[in-house]
Amino acid sequence: MTGAAGSYQTPARRRPFAGLVDGLRHHLPAIIVFLVVIAAWELIAGSSGRRIIPPPSSIAGAIVRESDLLWKSAMATFTEAIGGLIIGTLVGLAVGFATARWAVARDILLPVAIGASTIPLIAVAPIVNNWFGVLNPLSKMMMAALLVFFPIVINVTRGLVEVQPAQLELMRSYASTPTEVLRKVRVPNMLPFLFTALKVATTLAFIGAIVGEYFGGSSTVIGRIVLTSMSSGSFDLAWAGIIIGAMGAIASYVVVVIAERILIPWNTAVRAGGP
Amino acid sequence: MTSPSLPGGAAATPATGASVPAAGASVPAAAGSVPAAAGSVPAAGASVPAVRLAGIHKAFPVHGGDPTVALQDISLDVAQTEFVSLIGPSGCGKSTLLRVVGDLITPSAGIVEVNGKPASQARLDRDYGMVFQAPVLFDWRTVEANVRLPLEIIKTSGTEQRKRVQEKLDLVGLSDFMRHYPHQLSGGMQQRVAIARALVFEPALLLMDEPFGALDEMTRERLNGEVLKIWARTGTTVLFVTHSIPEAVFLSTRVVVMSPRPGRISDIVDIDLPQPRNEETRESDRYFELVTQVREALRAQHGGGASAARTRAEGAIG
Repeated sequence: MTGAAGSYQTPARRRPFAGLVDGLRHHLPAIIVFLVVIAAWELIAGSSGRRIIPPPSSIAGAIVRESDLLWKSAMATFTEAIGGLIIGTLVGLAVGFATARWAVARDILLPVAIGASTIPLIAVAPIVNNWFGVLNPLSKMMMAALLVFFPIVINVTRGLVEVQPAQLELMRSYASTPTEVLRKVRVPNMLPFLFTALKVATTLAFIGAIVGEYFGGSSTVIGRIVLTSMSSGSFDLAWAGIIIGAMGAIASYVVVVIAERILIPWNTAVRAGGP
Repeated sequence: MTSPSLPGGAAATPATGASVPAAGASVPAAAGSVPAAAGSVPAAGASVPAVRLAGIHKAFPVHGGDPTVALQDISLDVAQTEFVSLIGPSGCGKSTLLRVVGDLITPSAGIVEVNGKPASQARLDRDYGMVFQAPVLFDWRTVEANVRLPLEIIKTSGTEQRKRVQEKLDLVGLSDFMRHYPHQLSGGMQQRVAIARALVFEPALLLMDEPFGALDEMTRERLNGEVLKIWARTGTTVLFVTHSIPEAVFLSTRVVVMSPRPGRISDIVDIDLPQPRNEETRESDRYFELVTQVREALRAQHGGGASAARTRAEGAIG
């Protein structure tokens, strides 16, 4: 049998970092624009002397000055965000499996989940802080978990339920049990949906944690640093806090992307590039 | 040569006794090269038809209307190691009939047996392999893991799994691609993987539902040759649904012509082309005669003046 004329590539076992390096090269124009913006910001802010949006140089100065404080606060906030991400994902997975398996669970839990997602976080924050203790990091984790839960549960349910009928017919022709279908078809089908949800959820987890901190918490957390330095007029420290918070969210997003490439390499190769 | 469809039991097979028993009788050259089917064929051998259909009816309910009769009073026997094609215009019920044999659709009435057992038992015993029009491979599994899937379900041992997967991939010529993912293969290659998967637990019966319908003509002809080679080597009985007259004639020992509304067998054409068949067969006079015969059987379905079936039959490649 001669090799088929069809198009095929060598096995797609590319190392995940190879993809990142390619991505960097691909994004070079964007990186250049970013640097140009920073430079412009520096010039405009410095010369007009406005304090509310300080130039990058004074923000960098604040980071260096208060590096101890910022580091401690970053660790605390990141712990809350990641903790909330884990809690929200685990609960979301459990509810997702339940709603996929039992129609009754679907009828009960899905409306609750949808309802919960429509409550503005800001309204809930003081209640959650009170309930778990305003100084307890768990209260911020629960805020994060609340935001993480909904995209996870929706995507897990979809991934488990929306399977190609032809694949189910195939499994039926093998006289498979529902458990085998779950393990061999539904769960693998669900994984790309789960990672999509996780990418959204990491950002939400940080928002949840920091907003929770705005409503009260220990002083060495990013949210409180931003708040107190805003009100005391040290905007460079406030912006330092904001940027550090953002970097944390971006870093966890990148971790999810790398995890996806390791765990489901077939998926990222199928899609024509891009997150 | 051809016999019009006769409903009811054994009479549905061509009336001449000569072509009914072990297909070796009508396919002399293959007799030596078609080994006994391995695995799940019962010891009774050629005397038990591979597939027996008696009085099959299937009606699908329709909202606020009369049910659609997909199959009406279908009776057919397929002998061991035969290669039988089902051909007909859209809506004639050929895919439905294949799924009835595979116990993926339950008939409204009638009996369906595979190797002497009811079809439902045959499905539970995994007596058949099925190939669909789309390859239906799992994106998340490599080629090797895809072919291994049925063996995992029937819990074959690890060493046996590896051995069989290697054998079947060799059979379809894809052993170099074991570590590839389906999306890296062309359509024709994916279908070959699907065929390897259908054969991996060495069923006595292979059900194929227009497996090459989505492929180009050259690939289709090449894969036809592959399927015949596999058929000769494994001695599997094959029930093959197709839209293509040349494909049906080239591959089969018998072609069952079906007509729609309601779905029924309108004709059965014996294909007495010698085995093994190859490119020369496609150019022989007898081949063209048989292709014409099948085409005319399709055209004859609606009698004079009916344009729909005729244009569809002509639209079917050939």
